[in-house]
Amino acid sequence: MRLFLHQLRAEQLIFWRSREAAVFVFVFPILLFLLLSAIYSGEDDGEPVVNVLLAGLLGYGVANTTFGGLAILLVLRRENGILKRLRSTPLPPLTYLAAAVASIVAVFALQTGVLVALAVLVFDADAPAHASALLLVLLLGAASFAALGFAAASLIRTGEGVSPAVNVVVLPMAFLSGGFGPARDLPAILAGVAEALPLKHFVVLVKAAALAGEPPWTHPAAVLVVALWGGAGALVAARRFRWQPRDEG
Amino acid sequence: MSAVAVEGLRKSYGALEALRGVDFTIAPGEVFGLLGPNGAGKTTTVEILEGYRRRDGGRVEVLGFDPERAGRAFRERIGVVLQSSQLWPYLTVRETLRIFAGYYARPRDLGEVIDLVGLGDKRDARVKTLSGGQKRRLDLAVALVGDPDLLFLDEPTTGFDPAARRAAWDVLRGLRSLGKTILLTTHYLDEAHNLADRVGVLVRGRIVRLGRPAELVAASATVEIRYRADGRDVAVRTDDPTRTLHELTGRALAEGTQLEELEVRRATLEDVYLQLVGEEDGEPAP
Repeated sequence: MRLFLHQLRAEQLIFWRSREAAVFVFVFPILLFLLLSAIYSGEDDGEPVVNVLLAGLLGYGVANTTFGGLAILLVLRRENGILKRLRSTPLPPLTYLAAAVASIVAVFALQTGVLVALAVLVFDADAPAHASALLLVLLLGAASFAALGFAAASLIRTGEGVSPAVNVVVLPMAFLSGGFGPARDLPAILAGVAEALPLKHFVVLVKAAALAGEPPWTHPAAVLVVALWGGAGALVAARRFRWQPRDEG
Repeated sequence: MSAVAVEGLRKSYGALEALRGVDFTIAPGEVFGLLGPNGAGKTTTVEILEGYRRRDGGRVEVLGFDPERAGRAFRERIGVVLQSSQLWPYLTVRETLRIFAGYYARPRDLGEVIDLVGLGDKRDARVKTLSGGQKRRLDLAVALVGDPDLLFLDEPTTGFDPAARRAAWDVLRGLRSLGKTILLTTHYLDEAHNLADRVGVLVRGRIVRLGRPAELVAASATVEIRYRADGRDVAVRTDDPTRTLHELTGRALAEGTQLEELEVRRATLEDVYLQLVGEEDGEPAP
């Protein structure tokens, strides 16, 4: 536990000290929320559009931060030899990985707090209807997307490739899943793609908890899809995650 | 008991036999230089001893542990400088070391480690602002911060300019006075000669010579005699320089000619090494 807290503190220091990562991973979803809320106004399907945008951007946030942020961090550290070096120290590997996840989840939690506060205080959004249900949904999403972040890090081969690869996945998925506003009138094939991906279901759960005050278990199918993706991610990571740079045998 | 004992160590990557039966031991407090050309198997050997790679055969004991199965207790006692690895560019020297110090039960004092590697005036500098040589010294500081008994240094000065290499040598000599056992790999002969108590020459996955640097030179007591005759350079290698020189000069005097630019030179470690590498490379592939 002492080692976990030590490493968590270290991870937070490293994260916030690296401006590029902090801006891209932490600020970007908040920036997009401000932008979209300034562009769109009025109602969507009887709901103030800012409420819908808040739910969507929490979805983009979980994908961008816990999935993308974690994948980028892990690949860069693997390729520049930091993971390998850590393996030569007494820090247990699982403690290290747990601290890395906890650190990125802490960043996501802070981002969520800022998003909700901005939405409520600046854009007159409704405060989340069911706070504990929302918390539960956010934790489920963070866990599932963090597992997918590990899987992505295991599959992406180079440090140069990781940022583009992450965004090629995250941005289209966010559009299709209602991350940047309503995505109802999609062509059938795209709607099908969205249906198969976890983010849409996560946004459904966020909306249900934040807007309708419904706990996640009232939408078991959505919970199942998010959890299955997370489980699949964990499985891929367990089989393929490496500590040493790719060019070493 | 030896700090490191390696017996019949074998490792293949696919069809390539990287290590073909390596044997050596390192005594506690000894600085051992593993010397060899690129691709000889130095890094493979070291990474097996560090616990990064699995061996295909042979016996390996490091500080009484089998590195393949060793855990935290083993890692408390080793320090590793990898051939190439980076640190977090935006942290300072001190912050970086504090993170690593936190992993060990009994870390060394941070200020002491920073002074030991000569980064005293850089303690609050960001890692990305350090020069290549300074980064390498920070690598060394990271390896030292847990106060290890055994230090692995994989090509610690590769890519340095001569001044930076001399500075690094001074730091490494300082470590010897701390009583650390050190396994150093290098393809620089002068580095092995200057730092190591004993040297093992590794060529194509096999130790072809083992001994003190001076012994290696003495063992091949070849002396080279060079001169110019009829406008051509002549080099004669001999194990009996007194006789050879007498014959050469006697003949020259009898014929009334000169041995121009006459030079008598003892073999250096470099000659021994190049000869060993040449012999090994000349043999047919297994």
